[in-house]
Amino acid sequence: MVEQKGVLVCAEVTDQGRISPITLELLGIGRKLADDLGSKLSAVIMGSEIGNIAEELIFFGADNVYLVDNPLLKEYQTDPYVTALQRLSKYVTPDIIVIGQTSIGQDLAPRLAFRLKTRLTTDCINLDIDPETKLLFQTKPVYGGNVLAVYACETKPQMATVRARAMSPSGRDDSRRGKVIPFDSKIDASLLKTEVVKRVKEEAKGVKLEDADIVVSGGRGIGGPDGFKQIDDLAKLLGGAVGASRPPCDMGWVSSTCQVGLTGKIVAPNLYIAISISGTSQHFAGMLGSKNIVAINKDPEANIFKVADIGIIGDYRKVLPAFIENLRKIAAHGSE
Amino acid sequence: MNEEINIIVCIKQVPDPEGPPSAFQVDSKEMWVIPKGIPPVLSPFDENALESALHIKDTNKNVRITAISMGKKLARAVVIKALAVGADEIILLEDKNFDPKRLDCYSVAYVLATAIKKIGKYDLILLGRQAADWNFGQVGSGIAEIFEIPSITLAQNVKLEDGNVMVERVLPDGYEVIRVSMPVLITVSHEVGDLRYPSMHDIKKSKNKPITTWNIRDLGIELPQGHINLLKLFVPKQEKTCHFVEGESLEEAGANLALKLKEDKII
Repeated sequence: MVEQKGVLVCAEVTDQGRISPITLELLGIGRKLADDLGSKLSAVIMGSEIGNIAEELIFFGADNVYLVDNPLLKEYQTDPYVTALQRLSKYVTPDIIVIGQTSIGQDLAPRLAFRLKTRLTTDCINLDIDPETKLLFQTKPVYGGNVLAVYACETKPQMATVRARAMSPSGRDDSRRGKVIPFDSKIDASLLKTEVVKRVKEEAKGVKLEDADIVVSGGRGIGGPDGFKQIDDLAKLLGGAVGASRPPCDMGWVSSTCQVGLTGKIVAPNLYIAISISGTSQHFAGMLGSKNIVAINKDPEANIFKVADIGIIGDYRKVLPAFIENLRKIAAHGSE
Repeated sequence: MNEEINIIVCIKQVPDPEGPPSAFQVDSKEMWVIPKGIPPVLSPFDENALESALHIKDTNKNVRITAISMGKKLARAVVIKALAVGADEIILLEDKNFDPKRLDCYSVAYVLATAIKKIGKYDLILLGRQAADWNFGQVGSGIAEIFEIPSITLAQNVKLEDGNVMVERVLPDGYEVIRVSMPVLITVSHEVGDLRYPSMHDIKKSKNKPITTWNIRDLGIELPQGHINLLKLFVPKQEKTCHFVEGESLEEAGANLALKLKEDKII
């Protein structure tokens, strides 16, 4: 039996060839877990011609960086990525593997877990080492975030994917030292079972919902597309993005890409303003990670007030214009 | 030519996620979530998967859709809905052993894969991207691993073209178009669109469609041991004390809200 030790995190590379933001969060939590176990933190970076950024992972906390550089890995495709990572995992034999709950991670991690004959907890918002058993305790929201579940896995490696913005990113320190280790994954084109015909970019107007520092969302009570013009004005004024609960999307008042919730986007901005949103569990699933929640609703019993930090009970049609006007005044005053 | 194309859609019953948070209560002794006063529904993403299958049936000849649902006890009204919208038959994997407390994603994938093998023919296997209750999102990939077939996750559009499957997969800033040959497993995202409503005619017609029930003995397997342990289940203390901003009028309250956000350095 091979001894399984250390923590392995799976770095992601952006289209521009940089290290993605969630990678820093993975290195942040990975470093903490490795320190708690008294073991090493390894990172794997997969792609094509990415040797120049591998060292940066050391500056952000990795002791070892496995560089899997292969033209077949230029863009993400399931089969070559899963196979390369499976082979690396067999070689490194980590105790824990942590991957981002991203477009790539959601595809890669489950297949890898099945192939490594282990179990995976997806979409974790907290990871801890239990001081007694040294097992990885994995906390994930279930039932639309109404309930939290803590899991531990009996098989190794213990695997988790983590939600974006749930972990603190690690800071850069150029004095950190470590090793970049090239790894030949021996993958070849016969592995490719899918063919990417094209990639289509859809430019979001204004700030992207998932990246926004401020999100202004409207619900059923907004009443129609006209009301969303006010939401849009407010979002623009604050430099934020427009969100919505499910009903306005279903009714076509706003694009369904605005939907925040279980069947939409998960956001965790600094400020989330929920206007005329009553608060179903499905909506909460998408926004409870927000740092500050403001709710405006005419129903004092609305569920949204149970999760809000600041609230106004009343019709948004009366509240919003004065709110917007005073925000403008404050902004003008601040720049004087 | 025109061979039959067999689509399998796996659909899960979950407590309605549109319910209020108070409907999801934790029984800490049983370590389980007990839904209060909300009916079971098809998991929304699985409805999207079913819609995707129906769209393929609408636009191609010789397409047969078999739905599979698994559980300890399945609500028949929910089952009938799948037939009424257009699935040709449904197979219920119903057994007291299929207690969600004893299952993990591996065992669910194993049971579903065994049932699909027993059905025999599969060209396209569709599931929702994740279940609306436990939200793991890995049973689909697991079935693909068991069958050693390709999988494509997070599909927003699935269509057949010259004997291949063309899938649009959602990306954070757009989508990618992927070509793959059958058999293939695809998990479907909500961008596909909502499940259609059945007409009265469809509901009537569905009464003649086959509903087959298999228990664990019919499948000829033993339930694999779960290897992931649920240690703790709790309702997070999210009941914050909401600070209510007031004023002489709602307009004044609105203006005061701007001041409050500034004072608290939130903006």
